[in-house]
Amino acid sequence: MQELALILVATVLVNNFVLVKFLGLCPFMGVSRKLETAAGMALATTFVLTLSSVCSYLVQEFLLAPLGLEYLRTIAFILVIAGVVQFTEMVVHKTSPLLYQVLGIYLPLITTNCAVLGVALLNVQESHGFLESFVYGFGAAIGFSLVLVLFAGVRERIAAADVPAPFRGASIALVTAGLMSLAFMGFAGLVRG
Amino acid sequence: MRFELTRPPHLRPARSVTRVMGEVLLALVPATIAWVWFFGPGILYNMAVATLVAVACEAGALRLRDRALHPHLADLSAVVTAVLLAFCLPPLTPWWITATGAAFAILFAKQLYGGLGYNPFNPAMAGYVVLLISFPEQLTRWPWPQAGLGEITPVALGAWETLRFTLTGALPAGVSWDALSGATPLDDLRTRLSLAATVEQVRAGPLYGLVGGRGWEWIALWTGVGGLYLLWRRVIRWQIPLAVIAGLCLPATLAWLLAPATFPPPTFHLFSGAALLCAFFIATDPVSAATSPAGRLVYGFGIGALIFIIRSWGGYPDGVAFAVLLLNMAVPAIDHFTRPRTYGHAG
Repeated sequence: MQELALILVATVLVNNFVLVKFLGLCPFMGVSRKLETAAGMALATTFVLTLSSVCSYLVQEFLLAPLGLEYLRTIAFILVIAGVVQFTEMVVHKTSPLLYQVLGIYLPLITTNCAVLGVALLNVQESHGFLESFVYGFGAAIGFSLVLVLFAGVRERIAAADVPAPFRGASIALVTAGLMSLAFMGFAGLVRG
Repeated sequence: MRFELTRPPHLRPARSVTRVMGEVLLALVPATIAWVWFFGPGILYNMAVATLVAVACEAGALRLRDRALHPHLADLSAVVTAVLLAFCLPPLTPWWITATGAAFAILFAKQLYGGLGYNPFNPAMAGYVVLLISFPEQLTRWPWPQAGLGEITPVALGAWETLRFTLTGALPAGVSWDALSGATPLDDLRTRLSLAATVEQVRAGPLYGLVGGRGWEWIALWTGVGGLYLLWRRVIRWQIPLAVIAGLCLPATLAWLLAPATFPPPTFHLFSGAALLCAFFIATDPVSAATSPAGRLVYGFGIGALIFIIRSWGGYPDGVAFAVLLLNMAVPAIDHFTRPRTYGHAG
C-alpha cells in the first residue's frame, strides 16, 4: 500500500511527466490557451492514460510475453492506445457533444501523446504489476492534468500582460514552462529510489 | 466669490509604488544589520552587485522597448528584487553568480512578461532557484556565524578580504573553506537525522541556540520585526504572513508531537532558514501573490506547508524559493476559485 502511495507521489510531483521528463509537451503547449479546454483535455487524457496503462500491461503480460513477441511491443502498444482513444472519442461524442466540439482535433491527438506511450513502455521497463501499472498511469495522468490546468491559468494571465512583441505567444509560453519546470525541481529527492 | 479650478486627480493615492518599495527596503534594514553582525559585510557587497546588475538590466530592457526610463527605475522594484536575492545568497558569493541571478530575475522573470505588475513568478525567487540549480557548490558554502560556537572557532574574513573574494573568488592565503564554512543548522539537522541521531542530540550541538540555529535565530527575529513594521504601515496585509506561518507550523507541530525524535519543534522551523523572510517579504509580493483575502490564506498556507514538506523529506535543506514559485504557478487557479462574491448576487 505504501509503495503504491510512493509511486503516486513520485509520478505526480517528483517525476512529473511534463515538467521533469518532458513528455507530452504537444498537448501541454497546444491546449493550454484556455482553462476550460485544458480542463477537458486533462479529463480525457486522465481517462485514456489510466486505461491504456492497464490495457498495455495486460497485452504485455498475457499476449506478448507468453508468445515471445516482445519485439512487437511498440507497435502493439500503439495499437492498444489508438483503440482506447477511439473508444474515448466515441464516449465523449455520445455523452457530451459540447466537450467533443471543444476538444476537436486534440482528442485523436492523444494517440500521439508521447506521455501515453511513455507510460506504457516505462511500465514494462520498471516491471510493474497490475496495480502498480494502474497507479503509475493514473499518477502520470494526474501530474499531467495538474500541470496542464495550472499552466493554462498562468497563460490566460500572460495573454493580458504587456509582453514584448517578439516574445508573444509560444515563446513566452515556453519561458513560463521552463520556470515551472525549475519550480518542480524543488520536489527532487522527495521520494528516494 | 472665487472658485478654484484644480485638475484631477483630486484625491491623491496615499502611497506610490516608490513609497511602498522604499518601506520594504526600510523594513529590511534591521535584518541586514543582523546579517552583517553575524556573517560579516558580504551581504552588503552582494546587495551592491545585485542592485547594480538588476537596475542595469531593467534600464537595458526598457531602452530596447522604447519605454521611459525614469518612472520605471524610480519605482525601486528592481532594487527590492536585488536586495531580496542578496538575502538568499551566502555572504561569500563571487560577483558573477550574484550578477547571473539578478540578470535572470529581471530579464526573464520580469521584463519578458512586460515588467512590474505582469510577472507571474516572484523574480527574486526565480533568480535564486536558477542559481541554486546551476551552482549548487557555491550556493551551499555558508560561513560559520560569528556567534560563539563553542569548540568551533570560525575564521572570519575582514571587510577587505571579503570584498576581494566577491570580486576575484580568491580566498586569502592560508585560509581554507573548511575553516571558514560549515553546514547551516537546517543542513546539519537533516544530515545527522539521516544518520539516526535524534533531534535532541543534534540540537545539543554548538550550532544551535535557544530555538533555532545560533545567530540565525536573531536574524530571523529582526526579519520578523521588519515584517511587523510592514504590517503596521499596512504595506502588507495580515493574511499571507499568518497563513505561511500557520502552514509551516501546523504540520510541524503535528509531526513533532507524533515523533519528537525525528521532527524538530515548530519554533525551530520558524526561526531557521528563510521562513520568516518568506512569510513577510517574499510571499507578500503583491504582483505574484493571490489577490482575494481567502485566496491569500490558501496561497500562504500552501507555501508554508510546502516549505515543511521540502525541508522534511525533500532534497533541498530549505524549500522557500521552490514553495513560492510552485504557489505562484497556482495563483490563477486559486484566484479563480476564491473570487469574492458580488454582494446581492448568488454564486
